[in-house]
Amino acid sequence: MFGLEPMQFWTFLFLLLSFGLYIYIAWRSRVKETKEFYVASRGVPTIANGAAVAADWMSAASFIGMAGMIAFLGSDGSVYLMGWTGGYVLLALLLAPYLRKWGKFTVPEFVGDRYSDTVRVVAAICAIVISFTYVVGQMTGGGVVFARFLGLEAHWAVVVAAVVIFFYAVLGGMKGITYTQVAQYFVLIIAYLIPAVAVSQQIGGFPIPQVTYGTILAELDALRTEFGLDRFTEAFTGRDGGQLDVFLVTMSLMIGTAGLPHVIIRFYTTKTVRGARFSAFWALFFISLLYLTAPAVGAFTNLNLLQGAREATADSLPAWIEPWETAGYVELNTDSGAIESVSNAAASGADLIVSNDIMVLASPEIGGLPAPIIGLMAAGGMAAALSTAAGLLLVISSSASHDIYYRMISKEKASEKQQMLVGRLAMSGAVLVAIIAGLNPPAFVAQVVAFAFGLAASTFFPILILGIFWKKANAKGAAAGMLTGLIFSASYMIYTLPLFGLEANDHIWGISPEGIGTIGAALNFIVTITVSNLTKPPSEEVQEMVESIRYPAKQQLEAAGKL
Amino acid sequence: MSDVTHESSSGAAPPEDNGWRQRYWKKNVRLMVVLLAIWFTVSFGFGIILIEPLNNIEVLGFPLGLWFAQQGSIYTFVVLILVYALWMDRIDKEFGVAEPKEGAQ
Repeated sequence: MFGLEPMQFWTFLFLLLSFGLYIYIAWRSRVKETKEFYVASRGVPTIANGAAVAADWMSAASFIGMAGMIAFLGSDGSVYLMGWTGGYVLLALLLAPYLRKWGKFTVPEFVGDRYSDTVRVVAAICAIVISFTYVVGQMTGGGVVFARFLGLEAHWAVVVAAVVIFFYAVLGGMKGITYTQVAQYFVLIIAYLIPAVAVSQQIGGFPIPQVTYGTILAELDALRTEFGLDRFTEAFTGRDGGQLDVFLVTMSLMIGTAGLPHVIIRFYTTKTVRGARFSAFWALFFISLLYLTAPAVGAFTNLNLLQGAREATADSLPAWIEPWETAGYVELNTDSGAIESVSNAAASGADLIVSNDIMVLASPEIGGLPAPIIGLMAAGGMAAALSTAAGLLLVISSSASHDIYYRMISKEKASEKQQMLVGRLAMSGAVLVAIIAGLNPPAFVAQVVAFAFGLAASTFFPILILGIFWKKANAKGAAAGMLTGLIFSASYMIYTLPLFGLEANDHIWGISPEGIGTIGAALNFIVTITVSNLTKPPSEEVQEMVESIRYPAKQQLEAAGKL
Repeated sequence: MSDVTHESSSGAAPPEDNGWRQRYWKKNVRLMVVLLAIWFTVSFGFGIILIEPLNNIEVLGFPLGLWFAQQGSIYTFVVLILVYALWMDRIDKEFGVAEPKEGAQ
């Protein structure tokens, strides 16, 4: 077809169609007002907002990488499954309804009003840093898709992805982003579920992956033992720190999720407080469709890979492996021709080394599905990367233009027009820097994601919770708490990770840098409470504000009379 | 503030108001504590602390601890948020603080 292989043809077609759809939606919902730009006029229906939050949340890492990580981590892959879903319970019960009731544009706005302007600036800078590290990951994630399916240089993937995002994020702001994200959710979930169901049918003879998954575990355990891997079902084998570390990492990812500005900001867009609660439900419902399927996909692809490796020699591996080998994601190191060990670690020296990142993208080929489905898969991976990147760019833009420019620099004198202009400029600047960073990803990008969660967990989460539930929490306490959490977590990460050319040290008590956010958050709580108790409580107005966000609406008199 | 949300207490609330306020808030906090206790038990309790003993029980091919860690906890999270949203609707209506214009559905 047009001189392309069928797979490339379908990939092109699906990518073009989906990009066209996103840009069309963004054009339809382009905006002129600041309020529309940041919170879509609070006119987003609850279910649509839930789907948008889900697409916003599920990044290239969730879509492309997670099932592959679980395939090799086995039982301990649960840290990501529980960590990246459990945070929504905290968000729904402890944060979303109250922040919506208080109702402004950004997370730094809340801490600015609740505590002080200094805390606002610190929060705005944290929000920008956290979001930016994430964007770079999305840009490089898109590159995997382009490299494998179109044979394009990863560089071009970054540029194309950035141009598409630029169009609809700058044009449509939150409104454009929200409605494109709804479309992106459906593209990505369909792309994820179709191959999963097909592979489930093929491997277990039953089309529901969550059920088939259980029936193949015994066989998978036996095969893994044969190839020198830990049993899939055995707990605490995937992480050096064992049970304590699994606990801390799960907690850190959960409270980090609840503290991430690009997630929280989405609950400002609902019409009502009630809408914010139901949005959180729909968001987790939509997210769970992918997260409940991911471990099954991980187990299936792992089983297929090991079965193939057992029956085959290096020359007769399953057909889906070869193109991935060409693209550099699979490595064969065997002289005898027989494959005796399999690993996902490049340094392991195993006979067959497979990258985590290909397990999901290869699943249609493993399931023997036709070329159009493979094309759909590529569109799904891009949808996941684009939707998350756009949501993050909006946070960068709103923090820069609203919290820093409008509040601090123009002293609230800037007109609507000027604010919009600065917002769009900030977003354009962020896209440009993201392209540059995506083209030359700094070596430490992977570790920086741990930074983002640790930072959100140990800075934002505690002072948001205390700000809502404890009237006596004051500015001095919050500033001291945030700084303590930040310095503690960042120091441990710098100590244990090979960042900035420093040497990595051993983990203390087996606690990995991903898990340190839990301890940083605990310290933040302790310091904020202690300092607040020792200093003057906040003003009457602030305490009254904290009181007022507890009640969704003014009490209706006739109802009150009944009480 | 958008006009559909109705700022609840721009002026100081009259003192006799405080009774219902305290009762409303107490109900809210009690519901929250119960749901968070379930959240912790299922994920950290069954999925991490007790995963090894639970793995000795097998259900439909799954060691039970693994099932809680990778499937059961997520189902529970979804249900917890739904229960919270529905229950808060009831409490809001009971106390007459439900928002007049519905955003959900």
